[in-house]
Amino acid sequence: MEKYLYLALFSPLVGSLFAAIFGAQPKKLITGIVASALLFVSLFSSLYLLGYVTSTGNSIHVKLFDWISVGGLNIPFGFVVDQVSVIMMVTVTTVSALVHVYSIGYMKYDEGFNRFFSYLSAFVFSMMILVMSDNFAGLFIGWEGVGLCSWLLVGFWYKKPDVTRDINPSISPSWAANEAFIMNRIADLGMLIGIFLIYWNTGSLQYNVVFKDVSALNIGLVSLIGIFLFIGAMGKSAQFPLHTWLADAMEGPTPVSALIHAATMVTAGVYLVIRANPIYSSIPDVGLLIATIGAFVAVFAASMALVNQDLKRIIAYSTLSQLGYMFVAAGLGAYWIALFHLMTHAFFKALLFLGAGNVMHAMDDELNIFKMGGLAKTMKWTAIMMIIASLALAGIYPFAGFFSKDKILEVAFDSEHYLLWFMLWLGAGMTAFYSFRLVMLVFFGEERYKKYGFHPHEAYWYMLLAMLPLAILAIISGFFEESFEHFVTMLLPEYHFHVHGITVVALIGITTLIALSGIGLAVYKYSRGGFSEKWKDTFVYKLLINQYYIPIIYEKFFSKPYAELSRIAWKELDLRVVDATVDFIANVIYKTGFKGRVVQSGNLSKMLKWMVIGLITLLVLAIVYSPVR
Amino acid sequence: MITLSHYLVLSAILFCIGLVGILRRKNLLMLFFATEMLLNAVNIGFAAISKYYMDLTGQLFAFFIIAIAASEVAVGLGLLIIWYKRVGSIDLDTMQSMHG
Amino acid sequence: MIEAIAFYTFATLTIAMFTITVMSKNALYAMSALAAGMIFISGFFFLLDADFLGVVQIIVYTGAVMALYAFGMMFFDSTKDVKENNTSNKVVFLLSGMSALLLVVIFVAPIISDKVQALYPMKEGIGNAEAVGIVLFTKYLVPFEVAAVMLLVAMISGIIMASKRMDESLTLKDDDEIQEKAVQ
Repeated sequence: MEKYLYLALFSPLVGSLFAAIFGAQPKKLITGIVASALLFVSLFSSLYLLGYVTSTGNSIHVKLFDWISVGGLNIPFGFVVDQVSVIMMVTVTTVSALVHVYSIGYMKYDEGFNRFFSYLSAFVFSMMILVMSDNFAGLFIGWEGVGLCSWLLVGFWYKKPDVTRDINPSISPSWAANEAFIMNRIADLGMLIGIFLIYWNTGSLQYNVVFKDVSALNIGLVSLIGIFLFIGAMGKSAQFPLHTWLADAMEGPTPVSALIHAATMVTAGVYLVIRANPIYSSIPDVGLLIATIGAFVAVFAASMALVNQDLKRIIAYSTLSQLGYMFVAAGLGAYWIALFHLMTHAFFKALLFLGAGNVMHAMDDELNIFKMGGLAKTMKWTAIMMIIASLALAGIYPFAGFFSKDKILEVAFDSEHYLLWFMLWLGAGMTAFYSFRLVMLVFFGEERYKKYGFHPHEAYWYMLLAMLPLAILAIISGFFEESFEHFVTMLLPEYHFHVHGITVVALIGITTLIALSGIGLAVYKYSRGGFSEKWKDTFVYKLLINQYYIPIIYEKFFSKPYAELSRIAWKELDLRVVDATVDFIANVIYKTGFKGRVVQSGNLSKMLKWMVIGLITLLVLAIVYSPVR
Repeated sequence: MITLSHYLVLSAILFCIGLVGILRRKNLLMLFFATEMLLNAVNIGFAAISKYYMDLTGQLFAFFIIAIAASEVAVGLGLLIIWYKRVGSIDLDTMQSMHG
Repeated sequence: MIEAIAFYTFATLTIAMFTITVMSKNALYAMSALAAGMIFISGFFFLLDADFLGVVQIIVYTGAVMALYAFGMMFFDSTKDVKENNTSNKVVFLLSGMSALLLVVIFVAPIISDKVQALYPMKEGIGNAEAVGIVLFTKYLVPFEVAAVMLLVAMISGIIMASKRMDESLTLKDDDEIQEKAVQ
């Protein structure tokens, strides 16, 4: 079995290294094909492992080698394949493999083709380490690895110049990449503190040891650990207030957005909470906090998606919102539901993004949905798949989102957090609305693109083929709910519902109702030319389109003062104190050397004189240290 | 009564006269003279210790020092001759090619 | 008593001779004084019952070394004075005086413990030369042979260095030409 584990883990690395060999060269199709093929190797290995874990119920635990062994600290490079990590592995490799194939078409004319595949495979490798590690240190390595790959990929088109926020809200790819990276560093600090606290108090970082010991710890301490770990999760999963980077990260190529910023990396935070469920189970108050933040983000992000005009940003906000849903489930103790939603969301969100990629290709990278419309005629298949994904996102039966999202709403209702339930319910309505607003504006209605001189075309067949499995999964994956629950609750705690029968049916009905009415509203309004222009002058619209002014607030209250502080530290502290000290030392040494150079006159007499002085010194020392007086 | 200290002090004094010579002279040949004096001063010390401790080792040391002094003079004078042929002077201050 | 008289006489004479060697401007005087000083030092050796060493001192120093110096002096024409004015005498005497003081302090102070054991004790009834010979050819045979080889090497090198291309003056040529010569 270990063979398959290593195969699943290391094939992406091999693909990455292979592509990296050709990194600086012009496009070579072979890199894309090899990287994709290796990803499929990884996918099939993961599926095999899934089959093994399902059939035997055992988990596989291997130790590659001792990584850090210092004093009492002993961290092996160990990997575990259990019910949770195998689900993550399958999800990650499925989406990654399909995105790799898709990228061969999407990046066809990009000069960084080889480089792109190198980064993308490296990302998958890091993500696999993250989900497969059997200890917090390995998780953190993967965590940082995906962060790095995200930085590389968001800033993939780093040559684009900076522009003002009015033209492009994310300024430039490199700016967005840096923002994402720095924002994650802030969160990672919290996570590191959490890991240190764990090590400090339990003396180990192995999951099984830590989770066994955690129940014996002081509740306050566990809360502290939980909060710090969650801060890390907040950064990676872009929860409020560290959420701004995700929308800006849409500057990266669209396959990247699909893979990293929708399906896999951003769910790492949720994975962390799920993985650390023994910690969070013992601190329900922190769980509630997580759930509250999640619910807030679910509504908050959905509201921003309502008015945005940028195709990818709308989907990015919807990702944010869905991550909020996952956190609600995880925070309320329904870990398996969070994982379930994570999986289904990965499928339909990746599909949505890849569809967006097709549209972008057709529209020469135009992103404004008000410049599109009526594309369904030329892009039939893309339109169908995007509608499937949107239906799944909106949570309409029988698509995947219906099963997972409804379950989350049920959990919120069931645990008697009615306010949370209401917020999520509202979010569900908004989700349905903005999804179909997007579909309507892009694929139906007036063909506005003709005014701007675009000539849309359908994407290559293999790109559509790569999307097809995702579309199928977006439809059917919901039906695996029962077996999924049975499978993962072997490891994760079971969630027991108190409400039954008619209440559940009523809840499903209400949720479906608001989703349908959201869709109905969108279809009705936008098939008739949309909302009037008057809306654009209202305060609410301005607030939403400017993302609640949060990026501007961050810039004014954090970036600018920090830049000023840095400038002071540079000009006043560094140049005047540190540099001066260093220069002083250097000058002293230099001048001493310059003055002392005279000693080396080459004159034998003088040398002899120095020798005699040395002799005298030695004699004095001989007297001072003579053993017998 | 002449003790070991007498000899040692004498040896020290002669050694320091040699030091004066080394420091003062600019004539390389004179420098060699001064070196001989240093060696001889030490020889006296060795011989004296040999006598007062009834041990022949001191004398043998002095013997080897004399041998070394003889070879040093032979080689040193040879080198000095070459130097003189090239430079035309045996003044110490002309030897400054290693000036820092 | 006689020993004391002899010691002080020899000490005075040696110091005087050496001082002349060091201070004299005339190289000839300096060398003569040095030769005399060497002979007086051999007097100490006789006083210290190191007859063999005394004889070697006279033969090697006064006989061989001084003769070499004499030849050297003739070669260098060192009757003309080398100016020695650019050395500050104060410093020289200060340094030498200090080291003398320190050495004397060290020697006068009882630093040598009684535990020193004689490695090769002198035996009664055997002459000094005989005793030295016994030790030299038993315990110190290898150093002795090495010293012999060293003297041989020194002799050969002295001859070669002094005699090489006596006919030409190296002063008038620059380094390149000398190199060329050497290659040929």
